[in-house]
Amino acid sequence: MIQATRLIACHECDLIHRLPLIASGKSARCSRCGALLIRRRKNSLERTLALALAGLVLFFLANAFPFLSFKLETQIQQTTLITGIRELYHQDLHAVAVLVMLTTIVVPLVQLTGMIYILLPLRLNRKVPRLMETFRLMQTLKPWSMTEVFMLGILVSIVKLAKMAQIIPGVALYSFMALIFTLAAATATLDPQTVWEQWNPDR
Amino acid sequence: MSTAKNLNLINCHSCHLLCRAHESGSIAGWVCPRCGARLHFRKPKSVARTWALVIAAAIFYVPANVLSITTIVSFGSTQSDTILSGVLYFIKTGMWPIAIIIFIASIVVPLAKILILSFLMITIQRGSVRRRKDRTRLYRITEAIGRWSMLDIFVVTILVALVHLGSLATVKAGPAAAFFAAVVVITMFAAASFDPRLIWDAKESPDGK
Repeated sequence: MIQATRLIACHECDLIHRLPLIASGKSARCSRCGALLIRRRKNSLERTLALALAGLVLFFLANAFPFLSFKLETQIQQTTLITGIRELYHQDLHAVAVLVMLTTIVVPLVQLTGMIYILLPLRLNRKVPRLMETFRLMQTLKPWSMTEVFMLGILVSIVKLAKMAQIIPGVALYSFMALIFTLAAATATLDPQTVWEQWNPDR
Repeated sequence: MSTAKNLNLINCHSCHLLCRAHESGSIAGWVCPRCGARLHFRKPKSVARTWALVIAAAIFYVPANVLSITTIVSFGSTQSDTILSGVLYFIKTGMWPIAIIIFIASIVVPLAKILILSFLMITIQRGSVRRRKDRTRLYRITEAIGRWSMLDIFVVTILVALVHLGSLATVKAGPAAAFFAAVVVITMFAAASFDPRLIWDAKESPDGK
């Protein structure tokens, strides 16, 4: 198998393009279907690494502290991020509980730790096993990280319950909101092509 | 205008490395030298798989909308809500923005995904060459909006966690939650199994369009 390095095929319409030199901050689109071929980000690896490290700290805060509290008359119900998942599981909606767990906790954690696992050694010029395979797993899982959808779910729930009782936000809620922005920023600044190009077939 | 396939090149689905296939022989079992993904010219059995998933999603869409998604027990009275009655509740209480958000995320988006993917597959199977760029754009939209349908599942999760005060007020998740989650997951897999390059594979007739 010979690699055709100077060419790139559009992943949406398969048209062959000669790989152009793209300055950082610029992007290239397919001339036929308009799909985004390559986007070069400024200091992509460094920025993503910094955001991922910050995100990991926020992730632990978001999971360790009270998320929301619900106050009705004298009773208070305090919840953490995992409470709802456990409750769904007890109500025999096992598959739904697992799905919520994957999309709000497991996959975001995989994304954050994966970014650090890949980018830290690249930055320090160290070799780690299965780097490209790890990155492939992360790219496959990317649509399943749904922290921002969960945030919208929180807002809707708060509005829905506001008339019924008092909702008290906890530390974890603010951490989670910050996590959404750092995770989104980390994903957006990471330019996959730059990571893939670190691959050296002759190593 | 040459495509990778015409030049006997394979574009890796996951890392987009261009690999050269041998002149003869099959590429069955080949993996990308860079990322280890299986290599194919096109996603395998894309049309059949996507149809199967779209039809499954369309079937689950019915119980997801007919059955109750939450049951609220408050001061002894019980009230079950479907997705649509939840939206109507928000309209009745004047919370229009929330009603619109839930209506779009839970009802419009899954239905739109099912219809758009069906439309794309029918045009591919008929070998249509019309408005290919627009059809590719439709696919791109389908792929991007799918995850937002999870909204209602997350709302149920949060309600169930928060409103848990025994006979005073308790929210229980209904059977529709499982069906609705299945619709979201299945449509996401359907979008992933669809290969937009099939839109461009149709041959244009000699007289142009």
